[in-house]
Amino acid sequence: MSTPNVVPGTDTGLLAAELLEEERVKNATPYVPPRKPFNVGRWIRATGWRHIVGIVMVVFSLFPLLFVLSSSLNPQGTLTGSNALFSAIGIDSYVRILSSPDIPYAAWFMNTLVIASVTAVATVFLGALAAYSFSRMRFTGRRFGLITIVVVQMFPQLLAVVAIFLLMSAIGDWFPAIGLNTHLGLIMVYLGGALGVNTYLMYGFFNTVPASIDEAAKIDGAGHARIFFTIILRLVAPILAVVALLSFIGTVNEFVVASVLLIDPEKQTLAVGLTKLVSNPRYADWSAFTAGAVMAALPVMALFLFLQKYIVGGLTAGSVK
Amino acid sequence: MIDDDVRTDPKPTRRQKQAARMAEAASGGWRTLLVKIVLLGIVDAIAIYGIFVLLLHDQWLVIGVIAVVTVIVNWIYFSRTQLPAKYLTPGVIFLILFQVFVLGYTAYIGFTNYGTGHNGSKEQAVSALMSSALERVPDSPTLQVSVVDQAGTLGLLVTEPDGDVLVGTNDSPLEQVDNPQMDGDKAVGADGWTTLSFAEVIARTDQITSLAVPASDDPNDGAVRTPDGQSGYLYVSNLQYDAEAGTMTDVTTGVVYTDTGVGAFTADDGEQLLPGWQIVIGWENFGRAFTEESIRGPLVYVTIWTFVFAAVSVATTFFLGLFLAIVFNDMRMKGRKYYRVLMILPYAFPSFLSALVWAGMMNESFGFINQVLLGGASVPWLTDPTLAKVSILIVNLWLGYPYMFLVCTGALQSIPDELTEAATVDGAKPWAIFRLIKLPLLLVSIAPLLISSFAFNFNNFNLIYMLTNGGPRDSSTSIAVGHTDILISMVYKVAFTGQTRDYGLASAFSIIIFLVVAIIAIISFRKTRALEELN
Repeated sequence: MSTPNVVPGTDTGLLAAELLEEERVKNATPYVPPRKPFNVGRWIRATGWRHIVGIVMVVFSLFPLLFVLSSSLNPQGTLTGSNALFSAIGIDSYVRILSSPDIPYAAWFMNTLVIASVTAVATVFLGALAAYSFSRMRFTGRRFGLITIVVVQMFPQLLAVVAIFLLMSAIGDWFPAIGLNTHLGLIMVYLGGALGVNTYLMYGFFNTVPASIDEAAKIDGAGHARIFFTIILRLVAPILAVVALLSFIGTVNEFVVASVLLIDPEKQTLAVGLTKLVSNPRYADWSAFTAGAVMAALPVMALFLFLQKYIVGGLTAGSVK
Repeated sequence: MIDDDVRTDPKPTRRQKQAARMAEAASGGWRTLLVKIVLLGIVDAIAIYGIFVLLLHDQWLVIGVIAVVTVIVNWIYFSRTQLPAKYLTPGVIFLILFQVFVLGYTAYIGFTNYGTGHNGSKEQAVSALMSSALERVPDSPTLQVSVVDQAGTLGLLVTEPDGDVLVGTNDSPLEQVDNPQMDGDKAVGADGWTTLSFAEVIARTDQITSLAVPASDDPNDGAVRTPDGQSGYLYVSNLQYDAEAGTMTDVTTGVVYTDTGVGAFTADDGEQLLPGWQIVIGWENFGRAFTEESIRGPLVYVTIWTFVFAAVSVATTFFLGLFLAIVFNDMRMKGRKYYRVLMILPYAFPSFLSALVWAGMMNESFGFINQVLLGGASVPWLTDPTLAKVSILIVNLWLGYPYMFLVCTGALQSIPDELTEAATVDGAKPWAIFRLIKLPLLLVSIAPLLISSFAFNFNNFNLIYMLTNGGPRDSSTSIAVGHTDILISMVYKVAFTGQTRDYGLASAFSIIIFLVVAIIAIISFRKTRALEELN
């Protein structure tokens, strides 16, 4: 404020005299607005009703989550027993689901983590390669390629699940390591969708990185691979994180392809395993399931809340033209 | 969005291209080259290994495809001109195999009778039928056998009463063995085969008892089986196969089953021998979808419900999200941040879990909603056809409104305040300002998200499958379908649940959905002019 060369008349620039005047006013008795008596009606009209809406919505949003938490802490196993919220607290059901010989929960958890992480990293890598070429190079078929990617993403993979199943079982006859009932095979199927909406999101972001950076590096003698790996990938790190997270969450939630391709119980993912576990909520060990749900949800929710600003930014950046 | 104006330089001349190539080569260095050669070496090694394995299975078409793709990949990465292809190839290979190819394959399966009872070739069907009808030949001599192994494949080493020694597996008929190792008059080993020890025989009993080694190339000659790994007996099938006439004859009943072109041996009275085999049946699956009343009925109401579900889900989540965005967009309100975080939580909770949890809470007799919130009522939330649909919409509202709330908040905040001020000065009421100024501006940026949200819900398998499993079941149809099934969950059920799996019909359904989705996509693209912007 007190820099001597500020331009008078602009918002930030105040003349020294004005500063002095301001100082004088501050030191004098501060201006206190006449205090209006609190009026409930006026408060409700102004912001109170908003708080009422907010409280209603928070209750609507939270009660299923509180229900999950409460039944996971309930040592009793049944669905009925879970209805009295937080009536009993213990970690028995957590112990039960982790130690039960019939429920390979730890294996599901690890499978999900491994499959989702590998898929996320590989998706980001394949998508970034494609986005780089679309953003930085001009070649025949570029527009066609971009449009194809937009159109192909319209067709969800799960519609072709029969064909995927038959293809993977044929591959499994020849190469058991990547066929049916293997994690590698499942990851490969997921990578079929690596180009798609992800590439499109990344492409938009790549375009915001000035091409002059590439050119400067080129003049300094860097090849395209070096520019891509050491310069561009670092500059677009935020969108890479967003795409990785979206892909991770998407894979954790994916049920159809995983349920069809993974046959052995200990090879399945959380989505497949937990769903089969409570296929009949009435007879299932409900609190063991909710304990599993809490453990499955915590990492995802933490990651999500940590990065939610970027996710929302990424989503809108990709769609808003 | 796709901005071609970034580089409008004229096309580079030949000399410029040459210079660029030289610069590129100079910048690479030997390390880059080494990495490239090692990576390509790994790819080629895998490809060659794959080709060898496929040679064993006589998969000539697949071998050809792998060979061509490998050559193209090598050419792309060694050539100096194919720069964009170097970046696109890895993703495109997966895209072509697992999106484009499976789409075409789905179309092909839609024209076949593939499914339970029809999932192999005719030869496989013949051998499966014959071996399922095997019966021990009465008074046949006991053969001395040893169980042998060759690269994981079990075989039987058979010593015939006349001293001949033969070996064979499930897939290769018995053949004479030269200089076997004998123990007394029983052969115990042969070159190239490992004889199983007694302990191994015990450990692999299941595999050994399922062995049926054909006596000769003619399936009618029967097969040798062993119950204990020590002695074998000749079994012949009750079915007699006549390859020339293409008929199966049941020798016990005398019924003749002929190949009538429907993918199974069929008797005159229409009785079929299953398993049959896979054939192309043309438009029959599509025809069934549109003409067979017990399939067309469900297909029609499932399609209608799918559209209603997707549209109502988008509308309810959008309006609730928009309403909340407006409510919480007031600067005077305290604690907006906390409300916002708490309301995002349903969106952060993994959606497959939410659906399962709601299924528990909406349970008619034990669920939280009936027992606690409604004080012991028994509202059939998930078991009444109409109420189940309402429940699905409520749960999807819970799942989806936070997303709409977030994007609407973002879009609202990006609308400049000056517009509101100007309109206020001109005497506009708040409602008019919202309807005539803010909403249209908001829709410009939200419309693409609404379309993608519609497309997502159109195929929102998880919610339907985990909340109601499509139920309550519609008992009036021949396929496994319920009142709340959407198209995609119906496909899954037809293909993968229940006693009979009808891959052909499921794929035909998939193709129909593909077409519906494609039409919606084209129309919505036209409307939002997204494709125009691409050009």
